[in-house]
Formats: sequence, structure tokens, C-alpha cells
Amino acid sequence: MSQQLFQDMRQSIIDGAPERAASLAQAALTDGVDPLDAINQGFAAGITFAGDQFGKGEMFLPDLLACAEAMQSAVKILEPEMLKRGSQRETLGKIVLGTAKGDIHDIGKNLIATILSAHGFQVFDLGTSVTPERFVAKAREVDADLVGISALLTTTMAGQKAVIEALDQSGLRPRVKAIIGGAAVTAKWAAEIRADGHARNAIDALDLARRLVAKAGAA
Amino acid sequence: MRPGTQLLSPDLIDRILREAFHLIMNPGVRVGSPAVIELLQDAGVGVRDGVAHLPELLVLRSIATAPKSFYLHTRRGEAVVHYGGDDVHFDPGSCCVNILDPETLEAHPAETRDLVRIVQVAEALPQFAAQSTAVVCSDAPSEIGDLYRLFVVLQHSAKPIVTGSFSAPGLKGMIDLLAADSGSHENLRAKPRAIFDVCPSPPLNWSEFGAHNLLDLARAGVPAEIVSMPLAGGTAPVTLAGSVTQHAAEVLAGITLHQLACPGAPIVWGGAPAIFDMRTGGTPMGAVETAMLNMACAEVGKYLGMPTHGYLVATDSKFVDAQAGAESARSALLGALTGINMISGAGMLESLACHSVEKLVIDAESIASAFRLVRGIEVRGETLATAMFAETGLSGEFLKLKETRAWFRDEQQLPSAVIDRSARGSEPPSDSWTRARARVEEILEKQQAPALPSDLLRKFQAILDRESERAGVSKLCLTY
Ligand code: B12
Repeated sequence: MSQQLFQDMRQSIIDGAPERAASLAQAALTDGVDPLDAINQGFAAGITFAGDQFGKGEMFLPDLLACAEAMQSAVKILEPEMLKRGSQRETLGKIVLGTAKGDIHDIGKNLIATILSAHGFQVFDLGTSVTPERFVAKAREVDADLVGISALLTTTMAGQKAVIEALDQSGLRPRVKAIIGGAAVTAKWAAEIRADGHARNAIDALDLARRLVAKAGAA
Repeated sequence: MRPGTQLLSPDLIDRILREAFHLIMNPGVRVGSPAVIELLQDAGVGVRDGVAHLPELLVLRSIATAPKSFYLHTRRGEAVVHYGGDDVHFDPGSCCVNILDPETLEAHPAETRDLVRIVQVAEALPQFAAQSTAVVCSDAPSEIGDLYRLFVVLQHSAKPIVTGSFSAPGLKGMIDLLAADSGSHENLRAKPRAIFDVCPSPPLNWSEFGAHNLLDLARAGVPAEIVSMPLAGGTAPVTLAGSVTQHAAEVLAGITLHQLACPGAPIVWGGAPAIFDMRTGGTPMGAVETAMLNMACAEVGKYLGMPTHGYLVATDSKFVDAQAGAESARSALLGALTGINMISGAGMLESLACHSVEKLVIDAESIASAFRLVRGIEVRGETLATAMFAETGLSGEFLKLKETRAWFRDEQQLPSAVIDRSARGSEPPSDSWTRARARVEEILEKQQAPALPSDLLRKFQAILDRESERAGVSKLCLTY
């Protein structure tokens, strides 16, 4: 019975069907299924599958966004019960994302946010033109593992450096890792501003983020 | 007859404009600049929470005051670029961060010497009526990167220039530099040498910086080119028709802000519309749909009688390869057939991120073909063929005819050595990449920077010093 339910949950995410996902979440609560099981064995399996398919070029961005929306609608229904039971969803790690001050290019950053959350990271997206102070404050508030700064303009890349310096000064680094990306970002620039890593596309960014949290976990 | 092409029917253009007028009223257009908001409010426009609701009548009035034709000039004041009608010009793509190194085939951050190479090659090629500030130089302070690249272009070119500023305060220095080049601000206004690209942020948002640039350019009488970049499905409706509508709304709003600041100031209906890649989130500049968007957006501008601009002749490939050639040549033809006044993008790889001098000389051949195509089939002589047959009879000796000698240069566009039409000989044949590299070197060997009077160079230096100080960076030690 639950196996079929979990299977349906997974499929509701893959199909990007928020109403179906929500009613399956509701059914789980009514049947007394542990909400954490519903997520881990049901819904999250769908989002992981979708993320993999996207990586292979078999699924597309609008599909992936629909999957994410379905996931959200399920989690929203399960969350109160999880809080009641004091259980928490395990995530791969927490990442604070934003574009450097003065930069409104956010497509790359949004893509990274979508892919990372599809693969189990908890993403706190601060949006565009984010000051170093806001990066630091958010990283502290949510106890982040990673901070990601996107910059596409040669004029705003200095903002990446400013965020890293602010993280250093706040004492959050080295525990919090800073990663960067954007059209003009090179390995040389990443080294120069002592970033913990850089990536040129979303799939590389996922690998990088996974590596960094795994290393931190091992240390 | 000039051959042309038309994607949109007059009915569809009407619908596009009707919806665009509707959009700039509701939801309206976000405007970031307090100075521009004030201007709008003075004109009776309702602005709530930074969103302006533009009435159709005011927009139509702005279209009416915007010039339908104007020229860009060379340093010597010759009017060589005509914005208006179906005249077509090309300039290299602007503002790349990287350059393709022909030795290593890697893209690396561009430096001054790369910009100089691009400018020298574009200066020598008649296909490029204008220069562009093609790359940002990573060896100059980024705070004044926009000013510095304009300075480098001015040093090495006498052609008109398509440029743009990176910040609201940065614009003044660039205008001053151009005024110095023209002799005075009045001369610059009377015979502008440069045009500035100014971008709204999709959807329907004129940022503080963009809106302010429009205002300052209008007041200085320096032409502005609105480069609206809806990305179909990403930052704009997924349908091509929907994206063209958003483009029209953004440009109509821009023209209104601009004309309110100074009625009659030159402004261009331009853009870099593209589709949105659903696998990578990228902006496929070489896609045929991107070319279709550029064509359709220009058609709407033409319908209103506006001068037009588009972003074509670029590719998403990382190399100067078959994809680069196919995508760039195709869009050069389509842009020319549409009669877009200024077509930017030649030389560009990697969705506008990387430049290549070698690609520029290959694109120049595609552009020459496009010019040939739009010249169409011309009629020479009293008869089409009869008179020539009267001379040759059935001998077939056309090569001997004086008409052949007199007309072949007009009938055929003669390519440079970049295009291979040779018969296979004892030398092993070469590919276009190899020939393009040779052509670049050949041009660079001959090309010399125009000799600028030393007092002009001193004026340039003074402006650069002043702007360095303003930006808080150390002064540049310039070598002329
Ligand atoms: C689309 C676009 C725009 C759109 C942006 C819309 C939006 N909402 O984002 C609009 C039209 C608004 C725009 C505006 C401008 N743009 Co623009 N833009 C582009 C363009 C064509 C594509 C960018 C893009 O979205 N790529 C697709 C995404 C998926 O890729 P990505 O951003 O690189 O992100 C990937 C990686 O870099 C990496 N990554 C990115 N961030 C991060 C962060 C982390 C932590 C990690 C690990 C990885 C990572 O992973 C991402 C996913 O694969 C680029 C050219 C290019 N090819 O880069 C120019 C480009 C960046 N823009 C440029 C310019 C000049 C401007 C303007 C200044 C133009 C003007 N005069 O007004 C304004 C700037 C406004 C501002 N203040 O920010 C120049 C930059 C030049 C320079 N040397 O700095 C470029 C190179 C184009 C050009 N040649 O002119 N632009």
C-alpha cells in the first residue's frame, strides 16, 4: 500500500503536478504515514530523478521548475506535521546565493539554485545586487555551509572579492565556504580572491558544492 | 528592386503594438531613476511604487518627435552611417569579456592588444561601416573599463563607433572623450561619431542606470540605441510573437523617457532579442528563432518609421568552426534582407561572451555576400542578353566581351582569399581557419593607427586622468 503511495508521490513530482502532489501528501497524513518517509521515499525520489534527467538533457528547465513547484506544494502540507514530531528533513547542506552588488544577471544564479535544490541542498536565494553585509548576515542567520556569489560583469566581479573578505572578517570563513561563477570568472580570479571554488556551469557547480560539503563533513 | 523579406503581416504588427501599448500602461514599466520619474511625473504620467503607467498618446507623441533618419560620422566629419530607411550597416559585436587565442584555441580575458587587433582589422574591412568597443580590457582598471576601451578605439580608428557605458557616472567621461575628438560638444551634437547602446532589463524594467543613460544621452544630443533583450521563455513570453510584443513595449517606454528629456534627440529601435535555451539557460544567439526575433522586432520599428538595430552574425560555438560559419552567415543574410540599419555581432563566439579576430574576417565575407544579395538582380544595357548574343553569335566567347570586363565586378562580389574557390593544385588545400589567420596577419601588417595631433592626445589623457581620480583608481600610464 505505502509502496504504491510512494511511487505515486514520486510520479507526481516527475509529472510536475502540484495539485496531485498536495493531495498525495494529504493522503499520507490521513493514513498516518511518517511525513519524513513520504518525502524521502516518495517526493524527493521524484526530484532526484528529475535532476538526473535534466543533467542528461532529457528534461528541460520548464519541466524541472514544475517538478520543484510540485515538491514545494507537497512539503508545505507535510511541514506542520514534521514540526509537531520534531523531525527534520535531511539536506545535503545549506547555501546562500546571490548576485554581486550592481549585477542584475540572475539567470545563471537561478539555474544553480534550481539544480542544487533539486539535488537536496537547501537554498537561500537573496536575489540580485546583494551587498556583502547581506550575504554575511544571511549566512550567519541560517548557519550556511556555502555562500555562492554570481557576477557576469567585469565591473561587478570586485563584489565577489568583497563578499569573501566580509566572510573572512566575520569569522564565518573558513567554516563557511565561498564559491563563485559567471561569464568572466576564471580559475586565476578564483585563486586571486581566495574563493573555495568556482564552476562554469550548473552541473559543475553541483559537483563542487557536493565536494565541499562532503569535505567539511569529513573534517 | 531591393529584395526583402517580411515575417509579420501589417495586421500582426498592429496587434503587437496594441498589446505593447496596453502593457506599458498595465502592468506598466518599472523605472529606477528618480530623475526620470520626476520627468515622467512632470509630463503627467502616473508613477506608483516606481512603476510608470504610460499613456498611449504620450508615447505616440514621443514617436512623432523622434528623428526618422540621422547619420554617424567619421573623425573627418563624413556622414557614412545612415540610420533610417532600409540602409544596412554592420559593426563588430560589443563588450566581450574574452578573446579566442588563435594559438592555443582557448578563450582568455581580453587585453588592450586584443582590442587593438580587432579595431585594426575592422578599420581595414569596408564591410564594417562602424567600429565597436568590442572587448573589455582586463589589463585596465574595471572601474573605468568603458571609458578606456573607447579611448583605445579612438586611437586606432577614424570610423563611427558603437559603444556603451557601464554606469551612470561613467557616461560623462565617454561623452567628453568624444567631444574632444569632435573638437567640441557642439560639433559632437551636430555630427555625432558614436552611438551608445542602452539596455532595459527584461521584463519591462528601465533600471536606474539604463534610464539615466537615456536621459543624459538625449540631453547631450548623442545618439542612443535601445538594446532590449527579451529572452523568449526565460525573461519574456515563450512565443516569438509574445517576445516581440514585450520588446516593443520596452522600446516604446525607452523612446518616451528619452524624448521627454529632449524631443528630437536621435534614438534607435534596437535590440538583442533571443530565445532561451531550455537545457542550459543560455541565450542562443545563433539560433534561427533568434534571427527571426531580430527580424520581427525590426519590422515593428520600421512600421513606426524608426531607425533600427539588431544583434546578429554571432554564434554560440566556442570555435571558429562550421557551426560558427553557418549561424553567422545565415543571420547576416536575414538581417540584411530585413533592412536593419545597424547589425551588431560579427566576430562574436560563445553567446556574446568571446570575440575572435579570425571570425571577424570570415564574417566579413558573409556580410559582403549579404550586401550583394540585397543589391538584387540589376539590369544593365539596353537588352538583357540579345545585344551580347549579337556580338558572340553562337561562339560562346563571352569572356572576350567588353561588357564582361566592364560589368563582372558589379555582377559578382569578389571574395578575399579567405574564401577558397581555387582548383586543387600541388599545394595541399587549406581550411578557412588557416586562411583567416593569414588574412588577419596580412591586414595587421599594413594597418597603421591614424596620426592624432598631440594636443588631442593630451586632452584624452586629461579626461582619463580626471575619470581615474573620480573612480578612485591610479592614473593610467598611456603609450601612444
Ligand atoms: C542575458 C544577458 C543579459 C540580460 C540578463 C537578464 C537576466 N535576468 O539575467 C540583460 C539584457 C538584462 C543584460 C544586461 C546587461 N548586460 Co548582459 N548579458 C547577457 C548574456 C547574453 C547571457 C548571460 C546569461 O544569462 N547566460 C546564461 C547563464 C545560464 O549562464 P551564466 O550566467 O554564465 O551562468 C552559468 C555559469 O557562469 C555558472 N555560474 C554563474 N553564476 C554562478 C555562481 C556560482 C556560485 C557558481 C558556482 C557558478 C555560477 O553557472 C551558470 C549556469 O550554467 C551575457 C553574455 C554571456 N554569454 O555570458 C551578457 C553579458 C554578460 N552582458 C554584458 C553587458 C555589458 C550588460 C549590460 C552592462 C549592458 C548595458 N549596457 O546595459 C547590462 C548590465 C546590467 C547589470 N547592471 O547587471 C556583457 C558583459 C561585459 C563585461 N565585460 O562585463 C556580456 C558579456 C555581453 C556582451 N558582450 O555585451 N544582459
